[in-house]
Amino acid sequence: MIWDWDWTLEILPELLTQGLLVTLQATLGGAVLAFVLGLFVALLRRSRNPFVSRPVGAVMEFVRSTPLLVQLFVVYYVLPDFGVKMTALMTGIIGLGVHYASYTSEVYRAGIDGVPKGQWEAAIALNLPRRWTWISVVLPQAVRRSLPALGNYLIAIFKESPQLSIITVVDVVGFARELGSERFRYLEPMTIAGLFFLLVAIPASIFVRRLERRLGN
Amino acid sequence: MTISPCSAELPGTLGEAMPFLCEGAVITLQSTLGGSLLAIAIALLVGLMAMSGHAWVRGVARVYMEFFRGTSVLVQLFWIFYAMPILTGFQLDKSFAGILALGLNLGAYGSEVVRGAVQSVPQGQREAAIALNFSPYHRMRYVILPQAFVGMIPPMNNLLIELLKATSLLSVITVADLTYQGRLLVNSGSDQLIVFALLLLIYFLFSYLITLIMRFVEGRAARMVGRGGPGSGRRKDRRWSRRPVSPAETPSVEGAR
Amino acid sequence: MATEASTRNDSSVRTDPQWMIRFDKVVKRFGDLTVLRELDFHVRPGERVTLIGPSGSGKTTILRLLMTLERVTSGTIEVDGQCLSHMRRGGELLPADERHLRQIRKKIGMVFQQFNLFPNMNVLRNITEAPVRSLGVPREQAEEKARELLEMVGLADKALEHPSRLSGGQQQRVAIARALAMEPEVLLLDEVTSALDPELVSGVQDLLRDIAHRGDLTLLCVTHEMRFAKDISDRVLMFDQGQIVEDGPPEQIFSAPTHQRTREFLQAVLNA
Repeated sequence: MIWDWDWTLEILPELLTQGLLVTLQATLGGAVLAFVLGLFVALLRRSRNPFVSRPVGAVMEFVRSTPLLVQLFVVYYVLPDFGVKMTALMTGIIGLGVHYASYTSEVYRAGIDGVPKGQWEAAIALNLPRRWTWISVVLPQAVRRSLPALGNYLIAIFKESPQLSIITVVDVVGFARELGSERFRYLEPMTIAGLFFLLVAIPASIFVRRLERRLGN
Repeated sequence: MTISPCSAELPGTLGEAMPFLCEGAVITLQSTLGGSLLAIAIALLVGLMAMSGHAWVRGVARVYMEFFRGTSVLVQLFWIFYAMPILTGFQLDKSFAGILALGLNLGAYGSEVVRGAVQSVPQGQREAAIALNFSPYHRMRYVILPQAFVGMIPPMNNLLIELLKATSLLSVITVADLTYQGRLLVNSGSDQLIVFALLLLIYFLFSYLITLIMRFVEGRAARMVGRGGPGSGRRKDRRWSRRPVSPAETPSVEGAR
Repeated sequence: MATEASTRNDSSVRTDPQWMIRFDKVVKRFGDLTVLRELDFHVRPGERVTLIGPSGSGKTTILRLLMTLERVTSGTIEVDGQCLSHMRRGGELLPADERHLRQIRKKIGMVFQQFNLFPNMNVLRNITEAPVRSLGVPREQAEEKARELLEMVGLADKALEHPSRLSGGQQQRVAIARALAMEPEVLLLDEVTSALDPELVSGVQDLLRDIAHRGDLTLLCVTHEMRFAKDISDRVLMFDQGQIVEDGPPEQIFSAPTHQRTREFLQAVLNA
């Protein structure tokens, strides 16, 4: 028998409890950071001051054009030199969050651009203060439009979180690698890890597609 | 006298790092090129299969796309390199395994791009081709695909940059690419701040190179279908940046990776 | 028992050469919407027929069914004795396959409201591509023919232009030349001047009038221009709710319509 069922049953519970917890922490932490930071970036890029909007745009383009893995190394190896100490998981969450903020900021930007011009004009006609126009009129509509795309990035962050295993985070894949290296046999742990991601990602993306249709994007 | 950017005679850490980084850059470019060719071939094949008249052909395409988009390149890479040999008794060369994983993964996203672009060709074009009695093959080959091609390029540009970025994962299975060489340098005591900065810079330049190439191709293709052309207004406001991600294509393209 | 030869394909046997087009109890439904209800009508070879009627009465659907862009829900359509939706193989009636459809489409050409020129080809290629690819005509010969046709439609100097550089009227002339290059026996005209700017309409209509009166082409024309309908056709069919309500020569239909719906329709069109 090529597939070792005994071993499978032995490692399955550990993989899906210990590993899963870390994967979820990384995903949710990274996503919250990416969603919040992305919104700030989108607003900064909307700034009327070109000394704010241009550099922010350039930095985000740079982050989006370079690999997450190298960015993770920078946070993991370089920041401690400057006295910033944190756990590998925390490092990973920051890396994921900043990397995906460069994507979510584009999503928000498109969402803001998609708010009809009439909404702005109505707000001016009602003499709403500019700040209040943003908070009560534009952003709620923009975020609503952005929801399906943000859902897709949540799934993307979930799927990419295994990269954290390369900076020693023991998530589902990191755990599978440890188990595999103990026996020099990766078939069972890697297959289980892969199936686990499929099992979550496919229904999730079907759900997002539904959401998309419901919101009429 | 000019000094090559890969020369060991550059001062300090530069001279230490650049010869190795250049070696790695070549591998990175090769992997990107190999992965791109495979991904584009798969994208065309599976994208067209996804629109087939036969339900089972569409089914195969659907399963392929969901399967490879459901996990990340890293997991697929590990599986192809470490797990598959146990199952099949066949160990792939690491570079080949890497290119295979990249091509299979990005090809799945690319097929969505191909399908979307083909479906966005106006229905009237298909009908005119039927009225002129083209065979289904000729309809696709001479009427639909050439028109769909222009629409594929901007999302493909984004995908190829994703692919370039994903080549960094090959370092994990010890392919000696840029990232691998960078880590090696850091491990052997080079200034890590400088080495990582160089890495990011080189990746950024390569991304930009891809965008330049794709923009050139797009200009050519647009002129072929009588759109755009030199100095057409649309291009000016894009400056040097990639096309912004539109929510409409986000699920299929940028939700990628 | 069927012989070897007739098992292969005997759909080319003409059953009734008297009719070029035959609709027999044709029903077409889109979901819950019935567009054609048990429609019967026949067109002789060389006849020039205009279909008029309020929008949504099923006129365009008839052309699209003939061009095999849509499938009938039930009933049969024959073109030159060959059934569109089915083919006879060894005495059995099977749904038409691609090969059968392409055999039939050879006889039919269509000009669309939106021209539908191929933007990835210049004017000449637009005209030559189909004869070369689907009839196997040598390219040189096809080009020679295309230049003759361009001469005829008055666009000889535009052969190497890109379609997007032409006006709507010019594009539609190219589309007409493109359809004629396939030497169809039946030409379908689907509101060919509706998308044109008013000042370009008469040029295209004059061209079509010439074509209609020159050859022995069977013509099926859907239009809202009653004067054009009068000029071009020797028979007019008035449609309403998927049925023919009146059928006769243009003089009679336009000057002495017998049916109430025809009178109302013509009133509405004339007052528009």
